[in-house]
Amino acid sequence: MTKNAYFSGLTIPVLLLAPQLVITVLFFYWPASQAVWQSFLLQDAFGTSTEFVWFENYRDLFADPGYYKALINTAIFSSFVCVLSLSIALLFAVMADRQIRGAEIYKTLLIWPYAVAPAVAGVLWIFMFDPSLGMLARGLNSLSIAWNPRLNGNDAMTLVILAATWKQISYNFLFFLAGLQSIPKSVIEAAVIDGAKPMRRFWTIIFPLLSPTTFFLLTVNIVYVFFDTFGIIDTISGGGPSGATETLVYKVYSDGKGGSNLGGSAAQSVVLLIMVIGMTAIQFRFIERKVSY
Amino acid sequence: MTVKSTILISAAAFVLAGAAPALAQTEIQWWHALTGANNDVVVKLAEDFNASQKDYKIVPAYKGSYPDTLNAGIAAFRAGTAPHILQVFEVGTGTMMSAKGAIKPVFELMKEAGETFDPKAYLPAITGYYSTAKGDMLSMPFNSSSMVMWYNKDAFKKAGLNPDAPPKTWPEVFEAGKKLKAAGFDKCGFTNAWATWANIEQFGAWHNIPIATKGNGLDGFDAVLNFNSPLFVKHLTNLVELQKDKTYDYSGRTNNGEGRFTSGECPIMLTSSGFFGNVKANAKFDWANAPMPYYPEATGAPQNSIIGGASLWVMGGKKADEYKGVAKFFTFLSDVDRQVKLHTESGYLPITKAAYEKVKASGFYKDKPYLETPILELTNKEPTENSRGLRFGSLVQIRDIWSEEIEAALNGQKTPKAALDAAVERGNQMLRQFERTASR
Repeated sequence: MTKNAYFSGLTIPVLLLAPQLVITVLFFYWPASQAVWQSFLLQDAFGTSTEFVWFENYRDLFADPGYYKALINTAIFSSFVCVLSLSIALLFAVMADRQIRGAEIYKTLLIWPYAVAPAVAGVLWIFMFDPSLGMLARGLNSLSIAWNPRLNGNDAMTLVILAATWKQISYNFLFFLAGLQSIPKSVIEAAVIDGAKPMRRFWTIIFPLLSPTTFFLLTVNIVYVFFDTFGIIDTISGGGPSGATETLVYKVYSDGKGGSNLGGSAAQSVVLLIMVIGMTAIQFRFIERKVSY
Repeated sequence: MTVKSTILISAAAFVLAGAAPALAQTEIQWWHALTGANNDVVVKLAEDFNASQKDYKIVPAYKGSYPDTLNAGIAAFRAGTAPHILQVFEVGTGTMMSAKGAIKPVFELMKEAGETFDPKAYLPAITGYYSTAKGDMLSMPFNSSSMVMWYNKDAFKKAGLNPDAPPKTWPEVFEAGKKLKAAGFDKCGFTNAWATWANIEQFGAWHNIPIATKGNGLDGFDAVLNFNSPLFVKHLTNLVELQKDKTYDYSGRTNNGEGRFTSGECPIMLTSSGFFGNVKANAKFDWANAPMPYYPEATGAPQNSIIGGASLWVMGGKKADEYKGVAKFFTFLSDVDRQVKLHTESGYLPITKAAYEKVKASGFYKDKPYLETPILELTNKEPTENSRGLRFGSLVQIRDIWSEEIEAALNGQKTPKAALDAAVERGNQMLRQFERTASR
């Protein structure tokens, strides 16, 4: 009896891999290569005239001050959303991991927001914070706190950050909770016997042991804020006021769809693609070293 | 009955249902962007047309918002599956016109199909927007509107203003706004939807000042924006000043803020005449509308307003037989009685002179003067270079750029002059880009 089964020849491995390869090529590589090709073209909306312009779309892009503004917005937006959603989710998970009454209900309720589509989440938050319709906005105004996301860029940014964070907390919570439950009880009990207080137990034992989960979530969250928050921004602010909430991915949309500037939009998505690949690579190269599996 | 036989029967029924109307009938796809009561109007029109003859069948399909519908049409054209008729909002006119080969001009369509078609039968204020400089009609006007000033009569009474004498000029509106604010409307004395349509596009036409060279782009894609001129700056400066204490309050780029009027929050709102249906259904107070205000020092103001709404474009590359059906449908649409009915029921403007005259003669406007306001604005004076309309490529995005700059002025990041300068400069960049790609 052999322990390892292996196949001779290439046919079976190729056949087994084929579905995955076909999907990857068809739905990932092919569209990506189309975007790269499009980014070198200048084309009218209907595609009736096409001109190959080399790097002109990229040159225009890097000469556009609006692009740098979107870059800064993205940096602010993504750091706030990542830090807030990770830390709040961690807090909730630690709380839910304790022996408390009704823990199951508590956990279930926390997971619900994840089922809400981003655009719907945006509408929900607008209902609360719209200066004319929103209950909470009226509350703020009656406390004479000026609140007007229609015109004030910081207010609008706060609102999209809150909505995007709210949406992501449940996902992070789920993974943190699973991570916490996989930490061996014996290690914690040993620490208790050694006289470590809860805070100390958390920072010296639990947090480091959670690091693989945290690292995974950080990567996922960055991808989330870069790409999936589009619907939230579109419904809440449409990138406004005065471009204050226009992130890179939103700019790709508004230039490509609203402006029919497919070349420029494609150039932006290529830059965005390179950026996210770079960031993920950096994470795996440097941050992963600090992760103890 | 077993599951299997149920499936068989329903499959058979499906095949039959699919096959029946295909008997020698030519299908004509009509993509549109209308919802609610207006969607019913579209469906009813198609049904009526289909019942009126046997050779053609109009199939309407809702494709989302105006920009969504335009994009769906563009994408379908690129994929070779464009509909026959595409409803495009007035902002997309420049984009459509420049697409030679992608569209079939209506005047050509009607001539080739041998339909009787007299461009002079249509209201020039409407068709001018959709015609070439030579007067050839490129698309068929469908739902047209203009911008009017809606006001809350109850609020006017409360503030000691005469509800039957609405303010005519901007200074009067500012005064009214202050009085309304003092009377309890402290969050919003007056406002407008469609930030750029109100404060740039309609404003320019109504005051007979250009927003760009080349007849606001109607005479060529090499038009250069120039609305950073004194009266535009003055108006924006006033709005910025009044925004500080909320005598004026900004309500966003599109018509999302229209609810502020119907809820009673903002007693004066400039927005589309197409707001009528919504006001009628939702406003729990006495209301009316009036022509847009103007600055009395502007010579010749008020001039005439320009239209909004949408027109029907015929897509290129279809069969002659299908075009014949489209032409027949357009003739059907232009029928006087049909236009009268459409106008009086939906609130959209009648597109032919005969229909307008007929409604006027019937005394309909005595009871409902608010439906005549936009027509009176549009036909106030013979259109000039500055008030025939506007036609810019990429206008959907250019409007966003303009809105951004107006917002920057209103929230104090830029002076009104600097904001308008930037709006002009950034808009011109977009126009030059479009000029390069437009195949003419």
